[in-house]
Amino acid sequence: MPFSRVTRMSLAVAAALALAACGDKKEEPAAQAAAPATPAAQPEVTVKLGHIAPLTGPQAHLGKDNENGARLAVDELNAKGLEIGGAKVKFELLAEDDQADPKQGTIVAQKLVDAKVNGVIGHLNSGTTLPASKIYADAGIPQISGSATNPKYTQQGFATAFRVMANDVQQGHALGEFAAQAIKAKTVAIIDDRTAYGQGLADEFEKAVLANGGKVLAREFTNDKATDFAAILTKIKSKKPEVVFYGGMDSQGGPMVKQLKSLGLKSVFLTGDGGCTPELIKLAGAAAEGQYCSLPGVPLEKMAGGKEFGDKFTAKYGQIQLYAPYVYDSVMVMADAMKRANSVEPAKYLPEIGKTEYQGVTSKIVFDGNGDLKNGAISLYQVKDGKWEYLQTIGGDAAADAAAPAGDKK
Amino acid sequence: MDIFIQQVINGLVLGSIYALVALGYTMVYGIMGLINFAHGEVVMIGAMVALTVISMLSDSGLPGIVIALIGLGAALPVCMGTGFAIERIAYRPLRRAPKLAPLITAIGVSIVLQNLAMLIWGRNYHAFPPILPTSEHEIFGATITGLQIAIIVIAALMMAGLILLVQRTKLGRAMRATAENPPIAQLMGVDINRVISLTFVIGSALAAVAGLMVSANYSIAHYYMGFILGLKAFTAAVLGGIGNIAGAMLGGILLGLIESLGAGYIGDLTGGFLGSHYQDVFAFFVLICVLVFRPSGLVGEKVAERA
Repeated sequence: MPFSRVTRMSLAVAAALALAACGDKKEEPAAQAAAPATPAAQPEVTVKLGHIAPLTGPQAHLGKDNENGARLAVDELNAKGLEIGGAKVKFELLAEDDQADPKQGTIVAQKLVDAKVNGVIGHLNSGTTLPASKIYADAGIPQISGSATNPKYTQQGFATAFRVMANDVQQGHALGEFAAQAIKAKTVAIIDDRTAYGQGLADEFEKAVLANGGKVLAREFTNDKATDFAAILTKIKSKKPEVVFYGGMDSQGGPMVKQLKSLGLKSVFLTGDGGCTPELIKLAGAAAEGQYCSLPGVPLEKMAGGKEFGDKFTAKYGQIQLYAPYVYDSVMVMADAMKRANSVEPAKYLPEIGKTEYQGVTSKIVFDGNGDLKNGAISLYQVKDGKWEYLQTIGGDAAADAAAPAGDKK
Repeated sequence: MDIFIQQVINGLVLGSIYALVALGYTMVYGIMGLINFAHGEVVMIGAMVALTVISMLSDSGLPGIVIALIGLGAALPVCMGTGFAIERIAYRPLRRAPKLAPLITAIGVSIVLQNLAMLIWGRNYHAFPPILPTSEHEIFGATITGLQIAIIVIAALMMAGLILLVQRTKLGRAMRATAENPPIAQLMGVDINRVISLTFVIGSALAAVAGLMVSANYSIAHYYMGFILGLKAFTAAVLGGIGNIAGAMLGGILLGLIESLGAGYIGDLTGGFLGSHYQDVFAFFVLICVLVFRPSGLVGEKVAERA
């Protein structure tokens, strides 16, 4: 129903313009009289935004965090009372659960398309975002993800796919550079969990290591449910690499670090955002000390509006888990594009998303031709005294102002 | 060479863990001819209860081994009660039903227990407090922790104990009689309900021990951990010959060695054509070969079909 209102209204406007262009002066006053009459009769337009993340399963806490980020943005937009196309706009969030399962992801995506949402925020995982992005692209619905980092997402040629976080090519590069320059490692071993995320990140890391003149001594594999890594770690031990890199999540990374130490490997451990959580330290125990991880973006304390956002979020929903600020920015970018297009219709405001220059909480958001964030920053952390400590930021605008005291992540 | 010995030790530890769990499967199967798919979940409950108690006591200043034993002391009755309840609720009413029916309830019970554990302990991974000393020993250049030695020894002791129980005690004789023919055993004065209940209780006690050892070794516990572990242990039991106690041990060790040596050497042997992601494929390939040429498992005997 809200759609038909919008359509009717814009038809009236279009008719008015067309008539004006014809120069038919007799008709013009009538058309102008009709246009303001429509919003007066229906002063409010509802904009439906779909949000998808795993709300059940092992990543439920991250999924709920994403949803809260989107909810905070929607509440603020509604409180502000935007006017788009002459009508007062009310945003409504349709939150769905994809269980971090690619199959469920496509089912939920279709459901949102059928519900005629104006835009989609999500999904959380790369594995679910990839198959779902085609459904949104076919329906012409703009999609902004705050956390899907697999490079393929924006490389499929879909005009509708955007993300506000650096992708795994950028992260892999930063990790490879860090291994070569900061750790000064010449030899590495790489393990991944064979998921879209883990494998993708490990491949990019491998490329970056080779580009920096390093050598990959072993490439081993596990899965995202395994707990025993003794066999592959023993094999890696025989090759004596300086760094062991893992592309995967914290639930495997934690026990892996522990087994790495107990098998007597001298290598340091390096992992990406999936393992960059307090959970990894909890599971690895004392063995976590001195290990490294990377996370797209900068620490919250260093973000432009980080402190303010953190206070607002914490007051309403409690501690920030991981991606909430990025999801918040995703909603704001979408609303900003609607404002500039002066329309909430996907086909009308979609071109405006590509032209975004928005100062968000996380960074200044500008997209490249693919819909990837330009100048995405990657930050590196190391475990010190049982906590992730900020080391440095590679890339991004915020890299320059490293003046703020190194704080605790999250 | 030391790398090879390390891989053998890895395989022995992993295999003993599989064997610990496989003993529970094989015992229930040996007596009842039923595959208790909920056994992996009982292992998980054992791990979770032990972990909860141990976490509460970890700051008490007691020696680590005492805390671990208290944790085990708490996990044992809970697991035994769970095993007893599973048999009473899900299997006993179906004892005369077609064999497929208890198999389906077994899977159902497994799902119920998993979700119950998810509600009680949440969806997060739990870390096992480092209360046990992590002493490392060198054997021919390979390392093994004290805990891992304990796992191998306990698995062997439990196997020996079970064989003694079944072969040398009055209860064991009643179990064997029940396994052979329940109605006739009943006519001979065996209380088969009691024997079957006891079988489940003993199997679940083994699960409690296995749960504690697994979560201590990997320092991790999660509501989902029983599923994969149960699947691997079931494979081990079938590999050795399900129903045969020594076979479960043999199958477990063999599966552990295959996985460990497979992951360690398959890449080099095939010139990088196959990698460590084929470790499970390798294990199941061996299982298929064994089942094709020896359908009753490595040391299993062909038993007469019974109703």
